[in-house]
Amino acid sequence: MDRRNFFKASLGATVASAAALASSSVQARPNLEPAPDAVGMLFDATLCVGCKACVTKCKQVNGMPPVPMGGDVHADFALDLSAQTLNVIKVHAEGKGAVKDVLVDGFSFEKRSCMHCVDPGCVSVCPVKALKRHPGTGIVSYDVDACIGCRTCMTGCPYNVPQYDYNNALGKIHKCQMCNQKGVERIDQGMMTGCAEACPTGATLFGTRAALLEEAKRRLALKPGQVYNYPRGDVRKPDSFHEKAVPEYQRTVWGEKEAGGTNVMHLSSIPYDKLGMPPLGERSFASISEGVQGTVYNYMALPAIALGGLTWLVRRNIEGGHDEGGKQ
Amino acid sequence: MAKDSNFSFDASTDFAAIEQRLGVSRRTFLKFCTGVAASFGLGTKAAFAMAEAIANPAKRPPVIWLHGQECTGPTESLLRSEQPTFEHLILDLISLDYHQTLDAGAGHRVEAVKREAMEKYKGKYLLVVEGAIPLAQNGIFCKIGGQTMMDATREAAENAAAIVAFGSCASWGGVQSAAPNPTGATGAPQFLKGKTVVTIPGCPPNPANFLGTVLYFVTYGKLPPIDDKGRPKWAYSRLIHENCYRRPHFDAGRFATQFGDEGHRQGWCLYKLGCKGPETYNNCPSLEYNNVGGGVWPIGVGHPCFGCSEQGTGFNKPMFSLAEVKTHTPPNAFPNIADRQNPTSSTVVAAAAVAGAAVGAFLGATAVAGKKLDGKQAEASQSADKGA
Repeated sequence: MDRRNFFKASLGATVASAAALASSSVQARPNLEPAPDAVGMLFDATLCVGCKACVTKCKQVNGMPPVPMGGDVHADFALDLSAQTLNVIKVHAEGKGAVKDVLVDGFSFEKRSCMHCVDPGCVSVCPVKALKRHPGTGIVSYDVDACIGCRTCMTGCPYNVPQYDYNNALGKIHKCQMCNQKGVERIDQGMMTGCAEACPTGATLFGTRAALLEEAKRRLALKPGQVYNYPRGDVRKPDSFHEKAVPEYQRTVWGEKEAGGTNVMHLSSIPYDKLGMPPLGERSFASISEGVQGTVYNYMALPAIALGGLTWLVRRNIEGGHDEGGKQ
Repeated sequence: MAKDSNFSFDASTDFAAIEQRLGVSRRTFLKFCTGVAASFGLGTKAAFAMAEAIANPAKRPPVIWLHGQECTGPTESLLRSEQPTFEHLILDLISLDYHQTLDAGAGHRVEAVKREAMEKYKGKYLLVVEGAIPLAQNGIFCKIGGQTMMDATREAAENAAAIVAFGSCASWGGVQSAAPNPTGATGAPQFLKGKTVVTIPGCPPNPANFLGTVLYFVTYGKLPPIDDKGRPKWAYSRLIHENCYRRPHFDAGRFATQFGDEGHRQGWCLYKLGCKGPETYNNCPSLEYNNVGGGVWPIGVGHPCFGCSEQGTGFNKPMFSLAEVKTHTPPNAFPNIADRQNPTSSTVVAAAAVAGAAVGAFLGATAVAGKKLDGKQAEASQSADKGA
């Protein structure tokens, strides 16, 4: 093969592989389906009264100290999720911030904790499989012994959930593991999460993802102003109910479909983007990126082509050098 | 009597007479006045002013006291008041000219006394309304001496110096104003539109709140500052939830879930049992009830607050339904959605500095070592040259 033909052939091969890549990335893997026995939580912002009992209970279960402000160590002043805060109640206030669950001059509470995605980005990007989605419960857990501290999971999460312990020389990633981590295992013991147990209004409700989604849709179907018996604790076997007039909900359940869905779902009266939820489509990031990556490295095709191209370039340069050298 | 502005007593203040009349020592008497003034958040000056006002019987304002639809609870609780006792109130602080429960006389005679007093003290008497006023069917559901409560109230309010609605019924209608309210029960402020009515809600109301308000009136000749619902600010400006001694349990998420359960026995927060403290304005946590002591008031004895003094809460919301948390007071502070925990805390900066210093030291040492090595090599080469 002369030089001209080799060049033509390699160009053709590159074009063909690029076309193959383009077509196959469209057919990347679909979103993962919810785990068969997926457990989760439903946070209804309209029920939250801001008592922060869930924050306290979470710290108690996880053995984490409160975040003090100044000399006050008796209350928790955590601003956001951190290595010592896996769950935090935040507020969105506009104008006077006087009326709850109203956008204009109102406010709304919002719970920040791991959403336990159905198709989790953090699990997808973790290079050492320290983060795992439990095949049965769908709980996204973290294996400290496997973690290499690369913090890629922090970039892979659309909700800014995994937090690195920067204050520790041998830092770890910290995130909610739905009270089912080693040594706690509340879910395995048939208990519910600490935050759902502590919540006095049922704003944080525990249960299977299917049951919670059903409950959330039931609430959306009710007429605003109608009195509804809100369950508390575990939606499948509530410890008690309380009556309250139904507010005007946003028409979607956050987490039903967003980025492939989440096991921790939210309901609110004010738009979700005001509560800090990112703009997400229905495709999960993991399915897109895994599709691209899977295609690129399929049968090591692209690396092989790249190697071919490089080899050719080097070879050409060496040959060229020889030619020049020969002429001299 | 002393008339100067700083409320000091002149020599003519006859404490001996007061001691005899009130049956208390001068010391006890002044202590009481200071206590009342302190409960307003007023200073010693006000205490002396009150003492003087009480000591001067000429200032006793005449009082016309009407009863409407009610259980006489406010009067009953006032009868058991200790600071001061009721007899001191009616004999020394006010001149109770008409009171349907307590009047010794009866019938037309008493009604005549009422009219006489209202005529004699026109524009000077204090009107106390106790009980709701039924408006349905021209108020026929409550009549005294052939006169409906509507007419009696309107008539007495006409020339009153001040009007006090005592108890939840008089303040906003109370239990009989709850749906379906067949008698059209209404509170005095809603009935007497356009007139200033001080309300002392509660079922029954704390007599201290009434006495404090009356003493303020006796002392200064005017009513204490009130809020938009006519409640004296000194007593009703804070939610029960704000001052409740079970509040730390609320903040820590420790709730009693059933009467008699572990949490209930431990004295945990009663919010989950339906406590209306977070939506009821009253001073019960700081005053408790009627000086009984020992934590005697609903939340103190383990029952959730019923919201008896709050319009729209007491008798209107189910007893065990969850309350709205109306305000959020410290230690509950909420970060904004956009707030982020700053990971570069001082320790991180320090750690980075230490790490930087270590790297720097290492590089420096390498450079120095390199220099030394260069020097040695140079020396070696020099000596080699010399040798050569």
